[in-house]
Amino acid sequence: MEEILIELHLNKKFHTNNGVEKLDVHLKIPKYGLITLFGKSGVGKTTILRIIAGLTRPDSGFIKVGDELWYDTAKNINKKPQQRNIGFVFQDYALFPNMTVKEHLLYASPQKETWYISELLDVFHLKGLCNRKPDKLSGGQQQRLAVARALARKPQILLLDEPLSALDSDMRHDLQNEIVQAHKNFHATTLLVSHDINEVTKLSDFVYVIGNGKIQKQGKPCDVFDNTTIQPDIQLVGLILAIENNILTVSVNNNITKILSTPDEIENLKINNKILITAKAINPTISKLTDDENH
Amino acid sequence: MDEAFLQTFLISLKLASLTTIILFCVGIPIAWFLTYSSFRLKVVLQAFVSMPLVLPPSVLGFYLLLAFSQNYWFGNFLNHYFNIQLAFSFLGILIGSIIFNVPFMVNSVQTGFSNLPVSLKDASYTLGKSRLTTILRVLLPNIKPALLTGVCLTFAHTIGEFGLVLMIGGNIPGKTRVASLAVYDEVQALNFDIANKYAMFLFLFSFVILIFIYSLNREYLKWKRF
Repeated sequence: MEEILIELHLNKKFHTNNGVEKLDVHLKIPKYGLITLFGKSGVGKTTILRIIAGLTRPDSGFIKVGDELWYDTAKNINKKPQQRNIGFVFQDYALFPNMTVKEHLLYASPQKETWYISELLDVFHLKGLCNRKPDKLSGGQQQRLAVARALARKPQILLLDEPLSALDSDMRHDLQNEIVQAHKNFHATTLLVSHDINEVTKLSDFVYVIGNGKIQKQGKPCDVFDNTTIQPDIQLVGLILAIENNILTVSVNNNITKILSTPDEIENLKINNKILITAKAINPTISKLTDDENH
Repeated sequence: MDEAFLQTFLISLKLASLTTIILFCVGIPIAWFLTYSSFRLKVVLQAFVSMPLVLPPSVLGFYLLLAFSQNYWFGNFLNHYFNIQLAFSFLGILIGSIIFNVPFMVNSVQTGFSNLPVSLKDASYTLGKSRLTTILRVLLPNIKPALLTGVCLTFAHTIGEFGLVLMIGGNIPGKTRVASLAVYDEVQALNFDIANKYAMFLFLFSFVILIFIYSLNREYLKWKRF
């Protein structure tokens, strides 16, 4: 049985575009694990991270890290963010425009150990960019700096809030590897927020699926996504352009296809109707297009 | 005459410099509080801060004069225990102009703070940095243009202040007579040449300060942020 580092139980009402939602979650996070919180946007994933970091206050509950209580409504304990040994990577990176790459790491590192800072610069390929300010860095470099800065404090827990959402797929691929590498090198228990199934499956050991303010499922990504989320069929949405006898002319993803169908199926269909086409995923023809993605 | 001219201007500059320096120190904490605090009665404080923008200077001057007067408890208290007389003194007009310029400093700095992403403050906190360190190392360095705007506006506005200084200070040469009062005074005495000297100087001075602020703000817009 692996050691549990963080255990938390949270209640929090929060505002979303759809009105007030209630968050009620219970998480157990193993030491040195790489855990993801998965769910649509607006379900409170970011709120959970902010509560762990101490940036948002829950309505009730507790957060226990190791033997320490970081938050407990019953005992009236609420540690300030500064007293919680965490690293937080914000969705917008929150880099300081006035500091260079090196100054970021020096600012974030309490002991200012040169060897550790130069290791971070190395691992995140920032060595040549030491004297650049954030506005002179590319999106990927900014993201790396954000992760490096979060690790400079040698946190027990690394919290990543959709760190890759602003990047294109090539960059995502590289940085996903770097996050895995950093997780191995720096031994921080990592909690990642994502709404990308590929990313979750690739990166994490364990996933909590959050919806309607609750944990709907939990487990290894391949188990969790296996049955319902991963469809046995291929589904496509198409637009009917013409109907002739039993043949539908349909536009799917800007390709025009002819589909043979039965009279019952055609009965209620008209031109310009949107339709869902389901095909069995057995023995399809597959051919490689690019080297780009990685699955 | 030249000596009086110089003396009047020195009082103006002294008043403006001291007002600006003191407000810079006081205004930043107030602006920080107004931006980041979730205090429920914040809107009342915000209204107080902005009051001098809409209030006639004579109204504020009138109440301050009453407060400073020895016929009332505050002025009496100061005189009795500290031997300080604020009415018709330089210290009096300094306090008046500090209160009167609060919105110029605070609103500028507050705009600067609220234009920064909140995540900068949060990020600094999660790196274990205290509130003070965060303000000094992260927030203030990133709102330099807003700070400069606050400083320039406060300074220029103090130089141009008329009603309040007249009410509290009483236009005493060498003590509380500032350049903006001198213009009025010299016109009353039909000394149009001297009045023009004062007026022209004030005109050019204000113009230069505004050009400085606007060119700064242009730099500010060019400054790449995210």
